[in-house]
Amino acid sequence: MTTVVKVNNLSKTYGAGDTAVYALKKVNIEIEQGDFVAIMGASGSGKSTLMNILGCLDAPTEGNYWIRNLDVADLDEEQLAVVRSQLIGFVFQSFNLIPRTSALRNVELPMAYQGVSRAERRRRAAEALTAVGLADRMEHQPHELSGGQQQRVAIARALVTEPAMVLADEPTGALDTASTHEILELLHELNRKGTTVVVITHEEEVARAARRVIRLRDGEIIEDRTWAA
Amino acid sequence: MGSLGLREIWRFAWRGISSNRMRSSLTILGVLIGVSSVIILTAVGNGSATAVRQQIEKLGTNSITVMGNGGGGGGGFSRTRSSTAKGLTIADTTALNNKDNAPHIKQAAPILNASVTCTYGNISATPGSAKGTWTSYFEASNSPVDKGGYWTNDDVTQKRGVAVIGTTLAKNLFDTDSPIDKIIRCGGQSVTVVGVMKSKGTTGFQDSDDVIIMPITFVQRAIAGYGNISQIQVESIDAKSTQLAMDEVTAIMNSQHKIKSTATADYRVLNQSDLLQSSTDTSKTLTVLLAAIAAISLLVGGIGITNIMLVSVTERTREIGILKAIGAPKAAILTQFLIEAMMLSLLGGISGVLLGLGISHFSILGVVPVVSLSSVLTAFIVSALVGLVFGGWPANRAASLRPIEALRYE
Repeated sequence: MTTVVKVNNLSKTYGAGDTAVYALKKVNIEIEQGDFVAIMGASGSGKSTLMNILGCLDAPTEGNYWIRNLDVADLDEEQLAVVRSQLIGFVFQSFNLIPRTSALRNVELPMAYQGVSRAERRRRAAEALTAVGLADRMEHQPHELSGGQQQRVAIARALVTEPAMVLADEPTGALDTASTHEILELLHELNRKGTTVVVITHEEEVARAARRVIRLRDGEIIEDRTWAA
Repeated sequence: MGSLGLREIWRFAWRGISSNRMRSSLTILGVLIGVSSVIILTAVGNGSATAVRQQIEKLGTNSITVMGNGGGGGGGFSRTRSSTAKGLTIADTTALNNKDNAPHIKQAAPILNASVTCTYGNISATPGSAKGTWTSYFEASNSPVDKGGYWTNDDVTQKRGVAVIGTTLAKNLFDTDSPIDKIIRCGGQSVTVVGVMKSKGTTGFQDSDDVIIMPITFVQRAIAGYGNISQIQVESIDAKSTQLAMDEVTAIMNSQHKIKSTATADYRVLNQSDLLQSSTDTSKTLTVLLAAIAAISLLVGGIGITNIMLVSVTERTREIGILKAIGAPKAAILTQFLIEAMMLSLLGGISGVLLGLGISHFSILGVVPVVSLSSVLTAFIVSALVGLVFGGWPANRAASLRPIEALRYE
């Protein structure tokens, strides 16, 4: 199996000197292709910081992070944009769709930054929306969709570029129970088809959907368990 | 920035602009006012310059005026004024008409300015200018008659009370009636109107049509007396010879008045082209001034764009974060916001050009505006640049936002 993510002695501190606060302390993680990982922890445990670093949105203070054998520390801003565009698919708690823009165009957008032709973008975006069960909502704008539907659009947007991993930050945090089940089922489905999924959550129910659970407390890994499939 | 096609960028920019129509419209209005005022004000400047030039050309570019410093028409403070100064005389005029000494002078006519009130029936009017002169004045001063005819050399010799009047005086005295062959009273004398001159319009503050022109002999006998004359109106043989004719005038006048150096001259020689030059300079200054005022309003419009783009960037910080998270490179975001700013300024620019051209069709404060292509092009290009320059800073700010901070922004 190929390693998608390798994190070595990763630390993140805020502030300096005596007032320095450790958000992450020497964290080591390896994630294989096709894995379904839940990163758990209470608020303040450092899981959001980890998610931001894994998503190349933030840089670690110390330690190394390789994504698909690329050392992120070596990349400049433009190259990081390419990494985010091609290797990572984000799903956020608050959906983060572009307002006043149809579902179809929202899903098309990441491909636009990759230089995919217009027709091809259309086709693949429609395909991804069909895969998340929104074939009949393609021309709807975010405000015309329910929370669950918006999150499904976001998932379609994350998977449409066929990224190395989908990073989901509290993907069900803003959803009701029924929608939560739908979204978890969808992530499961995605993983079954071979996509690496990393979910950051504080909900046990979400964690149970994963194959592997990494628990963080005060910036340190306190548990890393894998269930047999 | 990949193949994020122009169409996508335009669509994105349009979404930004249309998301707050009122705000965008006001910003566009700012640029619109700037651009249209550049076009209108420079057109007004050009128009007034053209109008003044045409006025002066109507008066004749080959006409030369000799004015006295000592007596008659000169007056006022003058360094050269002295007890030895002689006024202008009929003899000076006769000397100027000597073809042997002055080959480039076509003719010279004396002018005696008088102040009279004219009455017709119970209507009374004081013309802005009442002149006594010779028949050659009409040609020298480029004054064709519209109705009737001129008085003749015989009228001059016989000192007859006859007059050619301007359209303004004609209207004041006779309204719509024909003035020809009507007898009016001027300074207590009966004067027969024989002709009405073509309108010359106004030059500066003076109405060139509020005039009465009579034989100089009559004016001397009946109104002003036999003193010095006020001016001598000289006509050169053609416009090219005006300068040579002026030299001849100076030479003859120096000899007539026994003047050895021009510094002590008791007369002045003026040419319409001098007037033309100074009025052209004046109107150039006016145009530059108007353009500067307009440029300031365009600058204010530009600052409006900066303001609105900064607001737009702040409002959409989170959106920028999302775009960056899904892989938008800096250049794509920069382009998007720049295009948005340029769309605002170009919409303002285009509508400003249209409005400016539209308004320039009407006469403004009595001036018929003359639109110059260069002002239209400049205004338009500057408006596009305004978007680029004034939108550049906010756009760069948007593009330089760190994704993590942009995403956290509430």
